[in-house]
Amino acid sequence: MKLAFFGGIYNNYLALEAAIADARRRDAQDLFCLGDMGAFGPFPDRVFPLLLEAGVHCVQGNYDESIGNELPDCQCGYTDPRDNHFARLSYDYTLEHTSPDNRRWLQRLPGAIDCDREGLRLHLCHGSPRRTNEFLWESTTSDAFLDRLIDETGADLVLGTHTGLHWQRRTGQGRTFVNVGVLGRPANDGRTSVWYTLLQIQRGGRFSVEFVPVQYDHRRLAREMQQEGLPAEFVETIESGWWTTCLEVLPSRERRRGRH
Amino acid sequence: MIEASAAAFVELHGLDELWFQVAGTRCNLSCSHCFISCSPHNDLFGFLSLDDVRSVLVESIEWGVREYYFTGGEPFLNPDLVEMLVTALGYGPVTVLTNATVLKDEWLLRLRAAEEQGPFSLEYRVSIDGPDPQTNDPIRGEGTFERAIRGVEQLVRHGALPIITMARTWPDQRDDEVLGRFRDVLRQHGCNRPRLKILPRLKLGAEVERTEGYADWERVSPGMLEGFDSTQLICSHSRTVTDRGIFVCPILVDQPGAWMGESLAETDRPFPLEHGACMTCYQYGAICTNPSSQFHGQAGETDRGEGGR
Repeated sequence: MKLAFFGGIYNNYLALEAAIADARRRDAQDLFCLGDMGAFGPFPDRVFPLLLEAGVHCVQGNYDESIGNELPDCQCGYTDPRDNHFARLSYDYTLEHTSPDNRRWLQRLPGAIDCDREGLRLHLCHGSPRRTNEFLWESTTSDAFLDRLIDETGADLVLGTHTGLHWQRRTGQGRTFVNVGVLGRPANDGRTSVWYTLLQIQRGGRFSVEFVPVQYDHRRLAREMQQEGLPAEFVETIESGWWTTCLEVLPSRERRRGRH
Repeated sequence: MIEASAAAFVELHGLDELWFQVAGTRCNLSCSHCFISCSPHNDLFGFLSLDDVRSVLVESIEWGVREYYFTGGEPFLNPDLVEMLVTALGYGPVTVLTNATVLKDEWLLRLRAAEEQGPFSLEYRVSIDGPDPQTNDPIRGEGTFERAIRGVEQLVRHGALPIITMARTWPDQRDDEVLGRFRDVLRQHGCNRPRLKILPRLKLGAEVERTEGYADWERVSPGMLEGFDSTQLICSHSRTVTDRGIFVCPILVDQPGAWMGESLAETDRPFPLEHGACMTCYQYGAICTNPSSQFHGQAGETDRGEGGR
């Protein structure tokens, strides 16, 4: 069986629409979203009908908890003043443009999902199993730490998002963590496509992970972001594939792969 | 010091960061704000050996340590440091805190090669206390701004993206201006992606002579921990290995009561927040951790769903 995992929609309803269609085309039986429906892009309310219509099982991200409870900020945890400036613009726009019904829906999402498929135990979270807004970067997460986190869930496989960059690792102890990537903005790789994850599980619980690039109408998204008065820096990321903001939380290795 | 019974205690939630004080209190500089008074002549703490580091790295696996930090004094004074960093990169991400005045190209070449052989980051944190010699040199010593900037240029030539850390010796409201000026200066020296981190002053060690120590009222009381996310405090997720045993955190190594044991297992016990510096950690969060590993204070765990069954 195949399962599709989306992360970080960031209001990018055009990419979500394309990813749902792509996952269906590839025969994904169940669709999951690991949270952060809002931020960055235009028209937050356009995301929710797509999720509901496609029956996507959703986990609450830190952004969803914030918007759902009308908290003062997104809880992304940036430490740099410039990053916090852009996070503020993005959060204020998203909060203002998310309807009360959709806020309530976000508020009620579970913080994690545990499920079993073909004997494979999955734990789905947003940041890490222990904390919604913890960044698990590939280059700053040791195998021993992953073993500790995964052990506490009782799962064979943990899937998360939150950092914006997809990666996976199987530890020496045979446990696996997958960061499923995000649909909201490119992976700081100079490409305009965004990423989701397909998990193929065979009987007995053997599985394989595929990261899938999604092309969508990014020019339209960029136009709409401009029309909505969102920062030019955000638009540049959509058009260029390089991150221009929220860079100070990146470890050096991930930062070096980008342009800025 | 207040009575232990009146102190707030913090449990070790999980050993996320392990610090190695590899150069002890030995440093080629004698900064006037150093919270453990490091200098060329301070032998209070000695060098760790490569075997010391290796054995704790092995012990650290069962604790699920996320990342390793190497500090001093000046870590690069330890002749085994490069080997230690290369070894640690086999276990997880590594950060070294340096004043960047004693770096050698051959070391940086070897370290870059070691980093590229595995999946983990090697971070360099370089201490420079302001964007110009006028701000930095009165604290760190005559000519140290220029020497450290040469070190930053050297790191950049070797492909590193150093994090510049500065202790705040200016009013908080000037942070943006200082950061802006520092970014410009770093760009002029070839550092096109300047990464900067401001640290609050720690009123311990030499800083007590330079300005003042903590007042008696600057203590974290048990009441202050009610509703407070104690995972913001470094003592809830780290320990520091020295040649005199394992201490609660890298800040308090020469303070009474901060020794926790000889093995990691012995240090798994609550720590009383009896020190003035605990107040700084309480106010500013785990200041010693890299930005990539910090997390924002947040309400407790959210409910787990059973969706998709």
